[in-house]
Amino acid sequence: MTDERIIISASPHVHSDSTSKKLMYDVLIALIPAFIVTLYVFGISALIMTSVAVISCILFEYLIQKYLLKTAVTVSDGSALITGILLAFNLPSSLPLWMVITGSFVAIGIAKMSFGGLGYNIFNPALVGRVFLFISFPAQMSSWPVPVENNMTLVDAISGETTLGIIKEGLMYGETMSTLSMQIPSMTELLLGFTSGSAGEMSALALILGGLYLLIRKVITWHIPITILVTMAVFTGIFWLVDPEQYANPLIHILSGGAVLGAFYMATDLVTSPMTKKGMIIFAVGIAVITVVIRLFGAYPEGISFAILIMNAFVPLINSYFKPRRFGNKIKAKIV
Amino acid sequence: MLKTFPKGGIHPAENKITSSKAIRRMPVPKVVYVPIAQHIGIPSEIVVDRKDKVEIGQIIAKSGGYVSSNIHAPVAGTVTKLDMMVDTSGYKKQCIVIRTDQKNESNFETPEFPLKKEITMDQKDILQHITDSGIVGLGGATFPSHVKLDLKNDNLIDCLIINGVECEPYLTADHRLMLEKADEIVVGIQILMHALHIQRAVIGIENNKRDAVEVLKKAAQDDDRIKVAALQVKYPQGSEKQLIKAILKREVPKGGLPMDVGVIVHNVGTIFAIYQAVQHDRPLIERVVTVTGKKIENPSNFWVKIGTPIKDLVEEVGGIPEGTRKIVNGGPMMGKAIKNTDVPITKGTSGILVISEEEASRKESKNCIRCSNCVFVCPMGLEPHLLMNLSEKGFYERAKAEDIMTCIECGSCSYVCPSHRPLLDYIRFGKNIVKKLEAAQN
Repeated sequence: MTDERIIISASPHVHSDSTSKKLMYDVLIALIPAFIVTLYVFGISALIMTSVAVISCILFEYLIQKYLLKTAVTVSDGSALITGILLAFNLPSSLPLWMVITGSFVAIGIAKMSFGGLGYNIFNPALVGRVFLFISFPAQMSSWPVPVENNMTLVDAISGETTLGIIKEGLMYGETMSTLSMQIPSMTELLLGFTSGSAGEMSALALILGGLYLLIRKVITWHIPITILVTMAVFTGIFWLVDPEQYANPLIHILSGGAVLGAFYMATDLVTSPMTKKGMIIFAVGIAVITVVIRLFGAYPEGISFAILIMNAFVPLINSYFKPRRFGNKIKAKIV
Repeated sequence: MLKTFPKGGIHPAENKITSSKAIRRMPVPKVVYVPIAQHIGIPSEIVVDRKDKVEIGQIIAKSGGYVSSNIHAPVAGTVTKLDMMVDTSGYKKQCIVIRTDQKNESNFETPEFPLKKEITMDQKDILQHITDSGIVGLGGATFPSHVKLDLKNDNLIDCLIINGVECEPYLTADHRLMLEKADEIVVGIQILMHALHIQRAVIGIENNKRDAVEVLKKAAQDDDRIKVAALQVKYPQGSEKQLIKAILKREVPKGGLPMDVGVIVHNVGTIFAIYQAVQHDRPLIERVVTVTGKKIENPSNFWVKIGTPIKDLVEEVGGIPEGTRKIVNGGPMMGKAIKNTDVPITKGTSGILVISEEEASRKESKNCIRCSNCVFVCPMGLEPHLLMNLSEKGFYERAKAEDIMTCIECGSCSYVCPSHRPLLDYIRFGKNIVKKLEAAQN
């Protein structure tokens, strides 16, 4: 009996049913708690900015694939959507919308599509967009809206300072941590996120909640986020122990700025992070060390986006040096 | 914490729908088709001719060399043809066709042998019986068993591992055999231990077969040299190297054999065949086959004569259901898809799996998103995404340097890939080319 409908293919004949789409939507679900906090803290302007970023990212990808590259349009895979949200999360909600659109173009057009699209980009697209804007428009990119108060207005009042900014500037002008401690938000405020900063880096608690979801769903492993946070804590902790007046304590470093957002969502980007567990740890240590060096000794108050991009560049090298241990390698056979 | 191998592995849906079904005896087919290449190694040499009358268990093809095996008549009858016929590999192979003699009673008696515990043969006789009885690895590899047992120096082997893992989804042939023939399997183990002077044996069984673990523990309770190890359920634990690592924490070196770490591994089915050959002088002419599938009317485990056409088996369980797209010889992870159900059951067939439309079709392959899942699940510590790329682009030397040849083709990488990339397909392709290049260099 030969039935024409019977097909032949090589094994395996079953599949886990996991799809890249499902992975992307898991990331979206993980971002929900942080987004709720963002909406509460920055209100309508954050909603508008995020929507603009998402729509422009998807649109740029669509236009480039359809009219420039003339290839199959793959915007439905959800990756451009995530790039849009993550880009918005890394920008102040008071940023002019045309800058947001410019950032989206750089993220999708330059950082992603010019490298070959999904899976081929070396650098994290959202971060390339952010750093492009940061270098091009430093003033707008470091003026931060006041949290909570004006969340129902379209135009945000500008307060000027993030936690890390206050510390950096204060220390530069000869203040000490004990005098600065009055100006910076309390630990609870940092955890809940009612502070100034980029739209999505607000609540460490909400971000960690989403991060746990990603860990449980096995979209990411613990290696990158935990190593980044632990290395940052150890590294800043050493300085803090040496001179607590000149260096902020490790908890402030972890909970403020983009540390948690970066560790759980930006550095773990599947495409631009290493592919072995050993490699991931090296990568994460590199990010943490560069971040802390920039924060403590650099010109900028925050440096995790630079750190991640710098380490992104090392990923191919890391992948070729830190291989998984091959089964049965370097084991002396018993002589028979 | 149950034992398992440390690196990689997956846990596909088990779907062991036939695990509570006792092994039935498949009716004797009217015609059997016995290929002469049912094992790894040199094909056997045909020793019968057309129109010859053969008795059940008579040698019809003799071992063609050292790594080869005898083949016996599964039924009494008349040789009608010596023909080329497509077998499960999809290639035409030489085949002996025997028409069953409907009047010969030996065909229809159910051979029940009383348990014989006492081992009377010496080492040499045991090995001779195993060689003569045409026993090959019944787990699927079909490596001639006598080669595995022919040790130049048996002092180097200190442990016999019995593979009762059956990690492939759907298949339950070994599971049922362990439940129904536990005492015989224990005697089979004792025979091998006696023949090879081994003082330790471990039966490895995954913990989704609790009943088999208990039954075998009970059967082996009088012999404290034999232990049963319940293992965590994880594919591909039935792979020899992973099983040895799980049970003994020993790692077979790259390119090496279990022997290199003092171990011999045999499948439970093989052990039962050895028991029958040594204690009852019965050659390997039948085996247990699971015929299953989600839409099959009456999925079952059968005692099947070697050479029975697959279509007879499928008929016996209610025919091929509507919407079937794939028929697999073996399990869903490593089995071979077949198109033609005329092909016969051979010594290596542990199951026939019928897969419906929804499960059978592959999804479109998308860009690799470098999620590393293939790296994480590879039990051999390879980088499947890299090996696929190297094979696809023709960098065979580099693929070889990245240990492509150690791939055991378990398919875990293709199974987990969220972009549905045909990782294993390309790796197999790369392996074949590397093999050819190696042969050309020598």
